[in-house]
Amino acid sequence: MQKNLAKALEFADSDLLRNAPLPRSYTDFLGRKLFLFLLTLQGVGAFSLITLGVLLRKYRAAAKVVHPLIRREIHRSGTALLPMFVLVALGLGFLVVGQTVSALAKVGAINYFSSTMVIVVVRELGPLLTAMLLLARVGAAHVIELGTARALGEVEALEALGIDPVHYLIVPRVIGMMAGVFSLTVYLILGALASGYLCAFLQGVGLTPGDYVQQLAGALSWQDFVFLALKTLIFGFCIAVVTCYHGLAQPLRLEDVSRVAVRAVTQGVGLCVLVDAVFIGLYFLS
Amino acid sequence: MNPQTKPAVIEMQDATVCALRDVTLPVAEHINWRVGLGEFWVVAGRQQTGKSDLLLTAAGLLPPLAGTCRLLGLDTRAFGEAEPAERLRVGLVFANDRLFGHMTLGENIALPLRYQRNLTAPEAEHEIRDLLELLELTPFAEAAPANVSRDWLRRAALARALVLQPEVLLCDHPLGGLSPRHRQWWPDFLDQLGRGHKALGGRPVTVVVTTEELSPWQHPDRRYALLRDKQFLPLGSWAELAGTDDPVLKELLAAPPANPL
Repeated sequence: MQKNLAKALEFADSDLLRNAPLPRSYTDFLGRKLFLFLLTLQGVGAFSLITLGVLLRKYRAAAKVVHPLIRREIHRSGTALLPMFVLVALGLGFLVVGQTVSALAKVGAINYFSSTMVIVVVRELGPLLTAMLLLARVGAAHVIELGTARALGEVEALEALGIDPVHYLIVPRVIGMMAGVFSLTVYLILGALASGYLCAFLQGVGLTPGDYVQQLAGALSWQDFVFLALKTLIFGFCIAVVTCYHGLAQPLRLEDVSRVAVRAVTQGVGLCVLVDAVFIGLYFLS
Repeated sequence: MNPQTKPAVIEMQDATVCALRDVTLPVAEHINWRVGLGEFWVVAGRQQTGKSDLLLTAAGLLPPLAGTCRLLGLDTRAFGEAEPAERLRVGLVFANDRLFGHMTLGENIALPLRYQRNLTAPEAEHEIRDLLELLELTPFAEAAPANVSRDWLRRAALARALVLQPEVLLCDHPLGGLSPRHRQWWPDFLDQLGRGHKALGGRPVTVVVTTEELSPWQHPDRRYALLRDKQFLPLGSWAELAGTDDPVLKELLAAPPANPL
């Protein structure tokens, strides 16, 4: 498995493309970017499938070693970030939700308030903001840790000990990130809606807490819950896979780690936006 | 027993070894090498001649670019996939130890045992107690690798390789940067392993070491080989290489002890 992984994902061609001289025309430039994008997509896709395969096949293997690592990663990508997310939720509520409520009240469109909140916070801003924050805070750390381990030869050491690096290093991070994005999104949304109401209340908008909750509940549908869960889990999976792919799947030197970390974070943002766009399409279809 | 009649543990046929950092770059070509059960091989060569890559290939961590490499009768291309259990029959000590920096020495040594037998940390600690004692590592068990000298890190790497009781032990440049006391300890201990040590249930272990200096490994029962100019040259016993005119071999025979870093 590991050997296949290394072989499948060592893209000498990719380096060749990256190091090629400046393109002579826009078509060259676009062509090069397109090839790079396809190569990355292929690599990340293969890595995702390998990770899923190992996750399903070896979930119970070495449970006394790997399950504590999973719990550690859930803490790192979830509970440890809760204080930060409380602050972000307060900020989001005051800056966005409160502003929207007062603006709607001024134009007499307070009836649209709940559906606006659901669209802005529950469907879009909550999951995407959580994903971005976790990508920056934990995803970047994944690339650096794994890239350093790869550069120092620790991955070969694991293989020599009969330890599957994907099982030992990647699976806990993927599960931790998925659980983290999902649970922190829920907390962020709840916090933002609560602080948003507080902000609106302080601005003198005539809306009781009961009416506020009732309007929100009326604006939410079952699709919102299902899509929220799916979207956050997919965000978590994508972030973990992209960051781990860049950290682990390609041979690295120590000096490459920072460059690769930047690339991983950029691609993580792109992938999350892409997934978000797919979900917007699904909302329209549903 | 005649070397040819011993069952082959490592067998390379017309194998081309590539570099770990660039798997398209051959570092040694057309290698024909047979390591019999219980033999002790010393592979010598200057720096950057591909000794580490040769060991990684022999261990099944690096597939040969061409030809075949069989370990314990199995093609190494299948290692880790079709035959994951076979990997555990081989122990590998890396030249730069490659211990995990975020773990203590004891945790490093216990990790393969915990993973393969699904043990908790206290269970594994109990299991490795004798091995730590044997390798005089007990005082360092709770220390982080960053706080321990290279001499003891190298022993910890050996303990980690031995903890699963391998049948084949591959040591990459084990004497590099060690102090005199430890330089003396290693050949003696590996010899004991080769003859069958109680730590491994008395079963003789096949040992292969790489080196840049031959004199510390002088022994009538060991077999020697040289890596030079992308060629692998089996040299035979000490008696056969002692009278050599080969300038590289002479240099390796006369190499002064490496200074501890």
